[in-house]
Amino acid sequence: MAAFLRRIRRVSDGSYRVRLPAQEREFLEQLSPQLRELLNDPSADGDPALGRLFPPAYSKEEDASRNAEYGRLMRDDLREHHLAALAVLEETAKATRLDEEQLSAWMGALNVLRLVLGTRLDVTEEMFESDIADDDPRAPALALYGYLSMLQAEVIDALSGGG
Amino acid sequence: MSTAPAEVRESDTDEVTDVDRPWKVIVWNDPINLMTYVTFVLQKLFGYSKEKATKLMLDVHHKGKAVVASGSRESCEFDVYRLHEHGLWATMEQDT
Repeated sequence: MAAFLRRIRRVSDGSYRVRLPAQEREFLEQLSPQLRELLNDPSADGDPALGRLFPPAYSKEEDASRNAEYGRLMRDDLREHHLAALAVLEETAKATRLDEEQLSAWMGALNVLRLVLGTRLDVTEEMFESDIADDDPRAPALALYGYLSMLQAEVIDALSGGG
Repeated sequence: MSTAPAEVRESDTDEVTDVDRPWKVIVWNDPINLMTYVTFVLQKLFGYSKEKATKLMLDVHHKGKAVVASGSRESCEFDVYRLHEHGLWATMEQDT
């Protein structure tokens, strides 16, 4: 893709220029509060989508007690980390310039949103190889997931020095 | 699959088995994380070259998992936490 078509692009002062339509920015601004509510809801602890954000650290059965300790010690930190990224996305959704740290937070926030939505939708690697039927009840949520994936790819591309 | 040689540190703990058998950090395949994202995260967190990170990402994608780091339990747990911060499906286990 030619550089002039890039919507998110590193510029000479080291910051990133973000060209997104106002409609997209308003939409992005609204996503964080919804997920924040879920992350702060103690009754949502058994939600598998939320569970995807807090995976176990140890793979072996024999380390079950270490897993419990990891969860006890790290879960709050992990939640704070995700909440901080979501806050940056919300606060800077309308910004036309972002520094590297802010754009990295966008990348993280978009990933958290995709992990929760993708787990809810039970996405598979094959799912997007064929078109989703318009009358599929999951179509709107899959469209959102596809949009977030595209935007995250653009952010990663910019941060990776593409252009 | 090539992995970094295990770092076995002289330990001042009395957990002799932990010293003898290093831990390894495994990233598992999942259908959500983008391939470019996994590569980016491995470069950022471990300082791997683009080539090495891409190779590990492709191992995750095609073989279902890859060992991305190894060492003491403490250092592996720190790595797992950083991978969890980035939403990767990472776990750790001790070599058998």
